Amino acid sequence: MMTTTRTEIAEIAGAVPDPELRVVTIGELGIVRGAETAEDGRVVVTITPTYSGCPAMDAIRDDIRAALAGAGFADVEVRTVLSPAWSTDMITESGWAALERTGIAAPGASGTPACPRCAHAHGGQPTPVLQISRYASTPCQSLWSCRSCLEPFNAIKKL
Amino acid sequence: MSELAEHTGVELLALGDDALIAAQRLAEWVSRAPTLEEDVALANIALDQLGAARMLLATAGDEDELAYRRDDHGFRNCLLAELPLGPARGDLDFGWTMTWLLMLSAAQLLRYTDLAAGADEQAAGIGAKAVKESTYHLDHATQWMLRLGGGTEQSHRRVEEAVDGLWPYGHELTEGIRDRWLAIVEPVLAEAGLTRPADRWRPDGGRAGRHTEHLSYLLAEMQSLHRAHPGAQW
Repeated sequence: MMTTTRTEIAEIAGAVPDPELRVVTIGELGIVRGAETAEDGRVVVTITPTYSGCPAMDAIRDDIRAALAGAGFADVEVRTVLSPAWSTDMITESGWAALERTGIAAPGASGTPACPRCAHAHGGQPTPVLQISRYASTPCQSLWSCRSCLEPFNAIKKL
Repeated sequence: MSELAEHTGVELLALGDDALIAAQRLAEWVSRAPTLEEDVALANIALDQLGAARMLLATAGDEDELAYRRDDHGFRNCLLAELPLGPARGDLDFGWTMTWLLMLSAAQLLRYTDLAAGADEQAAGIGAKAVKESTYHLDHATQWMLRLGGGTEQSHRRVEEAVDGLWPYGHELTEGIRDRWLAIVEPVLAEAGLTRPADRWRPDGGRAGRHTEHLSYLLAEMQSLHRAHPGAQW
């Protein structure tokens, strides 16, 4: 019974969409670390920030509380842990797929991302890309440009 | 000296103050940077600094109380962090800012690395998180130093002036980690074709709460809202 509830809570919290990258859930991003129920019936969800100054953290905390309140869990505490530090390796496969579908590239094994528009063209051969800026619209992304289709795109920074 | 201070060279509060004051300084560039990308970059770096400051100050005490209710004598940041990001107050100079960021982020990277290796679990977690971000800041400053130092005659001259102007403040910044810091910064200056200044004047006092007048102006702006409306939230 207890285990079922814990899994359920983790699923509800994990299904909350990221406030800035709406196509992925915070579960897919690896932000949700765990969920448990205290003896007094209180629910505790543990999360970790992607970047320490990530301005979305407050919104994420509110969204988790709202999602769990909607599922009947009234007393929810959201705790933040730092250790182990978040890394891009914590993003799940479905998370990467959702990011790529929306035009946000993975950092790439060598540190150079592949253009999400041209990734499946040119026989799968990567097109040359150029870094425009090491920083982009959110702390966790950098800005690139594809030399083939000339379109700019964001990539998740390796962390 | 606390166990933490013995381990990192400075107190957690001092590290947090460095990051907080640096964040406030960097925010002056928002909407004024030379390119849109650089505007975003500097804002992001400021945000990282603020994030690290919040974690460190929350460990040292009440973060709002520490940020908004202390007078300049209560702050433990090094003097470098509070200096204007140009040769004079009110001036914003890009080469000056990149030199400042190079010096600061190299020191922060070393302090956070030491913090991450420490015995205190909470502090080690903050250090491990901040190391990753500092690495990006240092890289950003390094890339710009190479471009400015190896750029036009004007960019070279102006960044050289910045290095000369800021270098003395590196002594207080790097107390206890000087050799490791020089091992990061000197090769960047050399590759950028810039002269590493001689060690002469060594202004300090920030760690003991003796600051330049620049900090007072910075705090006046940073704290005015909270002082006018104590406990304000939005």
